[in-house]
Amino acid sequence: MRSKVRLLALIVILAIVLYPLLWMVGTSFKSQQEIASNIGLFPREFTPKNFSDGWHKFDFAFGRFFLNSAMVAILTVIGNTLSCLLAAYALGRLKFRGRGLWFAIMIGTLLLPGHVLIIPQYILFRTLGWVGGGWPYLPLLVPHFLATEAFFVFLMVQFMRGIPRELDEAAVIDGASPYGVFRHVILPLSRPALVTTAIFSFIWTWNDFFRQLVYLSDLKDYTAPVALTLFIDSTSESSVGPMFAMSLLSLVPVFLFFVAFQRLLVEGINTSGLKG
Amino acid sequence: MTMAQMPVRPTEPAPPVPAAHRRGRVARRRRREGLAGYVFLSPWLLGLLGITAIPMLLSLYLSFTDYSPLIPVTEANWIGLENYRRMFTADPQYWHAVRVTATFALIAVPLKLASALGVALLLNKTMRGISAFRGLFYLPSLLGGSVAVAIVWRSMFSGDGAVNSFLSLFGIKGEAWVNDPTWALPTLMLLAIWQFGAPMVIFLAGLKQVPVELYEAASVDGASPWRRFAHITLPMLSPVIFFNLVLETIHGFQGFTSAFVLSNGTGGPVDSTLMYTLRLYNAGFVELNMGYASAMAWVFLAVIGTITVVLFSTGRFWVHYSDSEER
Repeated sequence: MRSKVRLLALIVILAIVLYPLLWMVGTSFKSQQEIASNIGLFPREFTPKNFSDGWHKFDFAFGRFFLNSAMVAILTVIGNTLSCLLAAYALGRLKFRGRGLWFAIMIGTLLLPGHVLIIPQYILFRTLGWVGGGWPYLPLLVPHFLATEAFFVFLMVQFMRGIPRELDEAAVIDGASPYGVFRHVILPLSRPALVTTAIFSFIWTWNDFFRQLVYLSDLKDYTAPVALTLFIDSTSESSVGPMFAMSLLSLVPVFLFFVAFQRLLVEGINTSGLKG
Repeated sequence: MTMAQMPVRPTEPAPPVPAAHRRGRVARRRRREGLAGYVFLSPWLLGLLGITAIPMLLSLYLSFTDYSPLIPVTEANWIGLENYRRMFTADPQYWHAVRVTATFALIAVPLKLASALGVALLLNKTMRGISAFRGLFYLPSLLGGSVAVAIVWRSMFSGDGAVNSFLSLFGIKGEAWVNDPTWALPTLMLLAIWQFGAPMVIFLAGLKQVPVELYEAASVDGASPWRRFAHITLPMLSPVIFFNLVLETIHGFQGFTSAFVLSNGTGGPVDSTLMYTLRLYNAGFVELNMGYASAMAWVFLAVIGTITVVLFSTGRFWVHYSDSEER
């Protein structure tokens, strides 16, 4: 009996929590008239018109914004996994003078809010000629190739500490250098941490808005989140449906990651957080 | 991986070679490892220097100038503490942003953690479909920080949005929510609370660590469910509560995307959703007053640092680490 009450409570809460998402899906398929009249979840009549309207709403097709987003996200994934892996190997496995200090500094940067650095970074990148111009993505990408996302360095250090030391030592006795140990022991064994890093990097970059808003000023360079804000400016009734349709599309990649890697994502926040 | 679980590093094996020879080889290996350490660390070091340290110092310098991006950095005028003076004494909007951010953090963070803990307690039973529930509750945390969800929220909570249509079914006339100065901030908070899934997952993992024997012993002694919760669950969970509190507080202070989208970048209506980061963005990138914005950033850093230190120092009084676990 009590377990039934518990289950019922969970289902009610879940329904409330998921309602906004389901409503978004339903509204995306409603016609303009129906959006105003029917507030229910399900459209009386499914129409894909919002998607084609939204896709062609601005001077560039929305596909362009999605491609820009995908490019930024994929390059960020590559940068984060590579650079954080290298840093984590040094901080987690190698012995060298100053390691303790660098590790402490890395932990210190974990809690450093990105907003504090946005202005001087902007000035720096502008001085370097990276802001604006034909390809304005360097300021978004370069920091990720320099392991500035301390969270992932920390996650990988924690992971590597769990790899038995005996493996390194056996490789060293066989004549392997620190580079050989990295290549043949640490790299293959770190795959789970790399996958977690890659997935979280992708999702966070895909959802990121603040930096993209600061650095992308030309419509042709816009990523999906920045382009979506254009819908808010045009608040006419007719744009609600297309706005919802494009918003929904922009969530699809993250949702697919969620479906494919649900367990990994949930466990990812556990290992990185709780057991830190 | 906790400290206790870490594999113990075995002592150096002693190969049968003369001692002097061995020392030479060990020393060479150490040197080589030391060099390799810095080779592997070099991208991170470059990032620390170029992306973090130098910009931090630059922004400290700029906070004492009237720099605007329309002029080169070298031509910025040194104005001493003027930016800070203006911020604290002559800019009512600044204090307003501080109030909005503090209200947001003080109300939304505890409510989010309470929701997370409540649902985690409901889920903390072995039953079928638990991982599906866990995953679906976590979904908003994954999507919620996006512009897309903020857009949906804005539509739901507009004057003629879905929430009011729903309320009208019960004859309740809803507010204008995002367009009402009283209700805009609560609407923003609700969006943050809605994303309770991430701390919930961490709470669930923490609940799994509480030894069942403690509850059994308490039940034998006739402890009520409430007493078991207050005297076993809460103390045993305090490290996790603490972790979530620190993380969510810092996170809460930095909310930008949802405030930007809900107010279309203005922090309105009547500055009611003017979060600190939004004010900072507007000062730096809209008003182009980057010296002033740099001063705001440094005060922000000092406040977040202070709050973190305060949380950690009060944590000693209420966070209970079980003795078996080495911290």
